[in-house]
Amino acid sequence: MGRKITIEPVTRVEGHGKVTIRLDDAGKVTQSRFHVVEFRGFERFVQGRPYWEAPVLVQRLCGICPVSHHLAAAKAMDVIVGAGPGKLTATAEKMRRLMHYGQMLQSHALHFFHLSSPDFLLGMDADPAVRNIIGVAALNKDLAVQGILLRKFGQEIILATAGKKIHGTGAVPGGINKNLSPEERDRFLKGAAPLNIDQMIEWSRAAVELFKDYHRKNKDMVDGFAEFPSNHLSLVRKDGALDFYHGVLRAVDAEGRKVLNDVDYQDYLEYIGEETRSWSYMKFPYLRSLGKTDGWYRVGPLARLNTCDYIPSPLAQKEFEVYKAYTDGKPNNMSLHTHWARLIELLHSAEVIKELLLDKDLQGAKLVKKGKKVAEGVGLIEAPRGTLFHHYRINDDDQITMANLIVSTTNNNEPMNRAVHWVAMNVLSEKPEITEGMLNRVEVAIRAYDPCLSCATHAVGRMPLEVTLVDARGNVLQRKVR
Amino acid sequence: MNDVRFMIDGKECLGKPGQTIVEAAKANGVYIPVLCHFEGLKPVGSCRICTVRVGGRFMAACTQPLIEGMAVENTAPDLEDMRKSLIEMLFVEGNHLCPSCEKSGNCELQALAYRYQVLAPRFPYLWPRRDIDASAPLLMLDGNRCIQCLRCVRACRAKDGRKVFAAVDRSRRVKIEVDKKLAAHLSEDQARRAMDICPVGAILRKETGFAVPIGRRKYDAVPIGSDVEKGTGR
Repeated sequence: MGRKITIEPVTRVEGHGKVTIRLDDAGKVTQSRFHVVEFRGFERFVQGRPYWEAPVLVQRLCGICPVSHHLAAAKAMDVIVGAGPGKLTATAEKMRRLMHYGQMLQSHALHFFHLSSPDFLLGMDADPAVRNIIGVAALNKDLAVQGILLRKFGQEIILATAGKKIHGTGAVPGGINKNLSPEERDRFLKGAAPLNIDQMIEWSRAAVELFKDYHRKNKDMVDGFAEFPSNHLSLVRKDGALDFYHGVLRAVDAEGRKVLNDVDYQDYLEYIGEETRSWSYMKFPYLRSLGKTDGWYRVGPLARLNTCDYIPSPLAQKEFEVYKAYTDGKPNNMSLHTHWARLIELLHSAEVIKELLLDKDLQGAKLVKKGKKVAEGVGLIEAPRGTLFHHYRINDDDQITMANLIVSTTNNNEPMNRAVHWVAMNVLSEKPEITEGMLNRVEVAIRAYDPCLSCATHAVGRMPLEVTLVDARGNVLQRKVR
Repeated sequence: MNDVRFMIDGKECLGKPGQTIVEAAKANGVYIPVLCHFEGLKPVGSCRICTVRVGGRFMAACTQPLIEGMAVENTAPDLEDMRKSLIEMLFVEGNHLCPSCEKSGNCELQALAYRYQVLAPRFPYLWPRRDIDASAPLLMLDGNRCIQCLRCVRACRAKDGRKVFAAVDRSRRVKIEVDKKLAAHLSEDQARRAMDICPVGAILRKETGFAVPIGRRKYDAVPIGSDVEKGTGR
C-alpha cells in the first residue's frame, strides 16, 4: 500500500513550510515536494503607498534579515530619486554597508550556532529534545556563548546604523538619516571584552576552524549529502570580488562557465523569469537563457563563493583559497558546504566591519543626495540567504504602482526541492521503517539553505513539528509530534 | 485683574482670567492631554481627550474657561480609563499602522497610546476604506490615519486667507479634503506647517519621511506631557 510522509512544519528554519514524500507499495519514493504554505502578499498592499515609505514598510515581511529588505528597497528608491549606484555620498554608502555587514554577521551567526550546529555537534539522530541551542550550550557552553554574542554584536551594529536592532529606519531614498558618532565607533572598536570587533574576528575564525574540523572527521557524509550540480547566481563587485552590498549579476554553471556575464541588475527581467506551480505559494525563478527546466540556480553563501573571484579581506581570502582548493577551483555543488561558505562569509563580515569602523567617512555630515526623479527602480543586494531583488514603479504622485520582490529563499526554491529529493531517494526510499533521525535529515538538507519562508511568501509562521504517515487512501499509519 | 484660584486633583493653582483649564493647568505644571487642540488655534473641544470633571460634570478642558474656586478632577481612574478608551477608539476607527508610518515617534496619538499604556484596543478594528490624495506637489493626505481633529482645517490657509483643507460629508463618512488648486501653490513653509499641525501621519510633506533617526524624534526622549509636568513645556 502506497504511503505519504508529511513533515509539517519544518523546524529550525525561519517561517512555515512542509515536506511531503510519497512512497509506493514497496516503500520506494515516487515524489517529494517542499511546500511553502503561507501567503500574505506585500507586493500588493505596498501599492498606493508613497515610495519613500517602502524601505520601512517592506522590511516588515521579515524579522530575521529586515535590513536586507530595507536596503534593497532603499537602493531601488535611490534609482527613483536620481541617486542610483555610485551617486550616494561616501558617508551614506558606508553607513549602509556597515548596517548590512552587521546584519550578515548576526544572521550567519544565528543560522550556524542556533539553527544548524545542533545537527553537527549533537548528531542528526540525537534526541530532538536536546538537538537545539540549549543542547549545544550543555555540551560546549563557550561555543554557545560565542554564537549568542556574535549575533548580539551584529545587532548592536544595526542599532547604531538603523536606530533599532529590528525594523529600523536608517536608509532613506538617496542616503541615510544618521552617521556614526565617535562614541559609537569606539564602543565597537575598543569596547570591553568580549564585545569588540577584534574578538568577533577571532571567534569567526574559530567558527571556520570548527566546521573544517567537523568536515575532516565526516568527509564522506558532508561531501556526499545532497550533492547535485546546479547553476549559481549572485552579485559580484565589478572586479569580481565578493560584495554583499552592490555589484553586477553573475551566474556560473556547475562547471564554472559564466552563464550570466556581469550584467546590470536594472535589466534583471531580461535575464530572470519566475514560474508558478500549483502546490506552493513560492515561485520558481530561472535564467531565461537556459529555460525553465535547466535555468534554475542556487543563491546564498555556496553560490557567492562559486561566482566571486576573490574575497577582499585577508583572513577570509586565506580561508577562501583553502575552500576553493578543495574543489580544484571548480564550483562547489555540495549542499552541506554551504555552512563552510557561510562561516567564511561570517569572518569576512567581521573583517569588513572593522575596516569600515576605521574609516573616517562614517563621521561625515553629507547624508542624502538626490537628482532627477524617474518612475522605476530596481534594487539588488546579497542578503544572508542570497540575492534579493526589489523592483518598484511609481506614478506622477509619488505612489507605488508596482512592486516585484524575488527573495533569496525563492531563488533557492528548486535547489531545496532537489535537496529534499536527494534525501528522499538516498535515505528514506525502500526502508522498512522511517525513523525520526531520517526525517531530520530532510530538514538538515533544507536548513543548509537557511531558508526564510516568511520572506519567501512575505508571511509569518511558527515551528512545532508534526510528522504524519498516511497511506494512499489518507489513513494515518504513524504520527509523531514534538 | 486678579489671579483665579482653582484646584486640580487637590493641588492649589493660580490662573489668569480667561484662561482655559488646559492652559492654566499647563502653567501650573499639570498635564491634561489634548489632540484636537493646538496652541494658538481657537479650541473646539471635539476629541474629548481633555475631558475633566468639575462638580460632578464632565467638560472639555480645552474650551472651558477657569472659574474662581473650581475643583477640577483630572486623573481620577474613571477619567483616565475614559481617555484611554477614546484613544483606543481612534485607533480602531482608522487604519493606524505605526510600524511603517513616518510620523512614528512624532505622532501625538501614538505618544498618548504609550502614555496610557494601550497594549491592544478593547474594541474591534473597523478597517475602513479610506482614500489617499497625493496629487499636490508637496503634500500627501492619507485618510487612513486621519482622526478628524480639524486642526488642519483651522490652521492652514492660503495667502488670501482661504482654507486649504475642509471637512466634507457627515457623521461616519466625514473626511478631510484638500483644495487641489490651493495645494498646488503651497510654499515649503506652508507644507511643513500643515504636516506639523497634524497630530498624526495624515498630512505628510512629501519625500522627507524618516529623515530624523530613531532616538532623536520628538517623543523618543521626552514622552508626551512630561515636559509640562517637569515645568519645561510652558
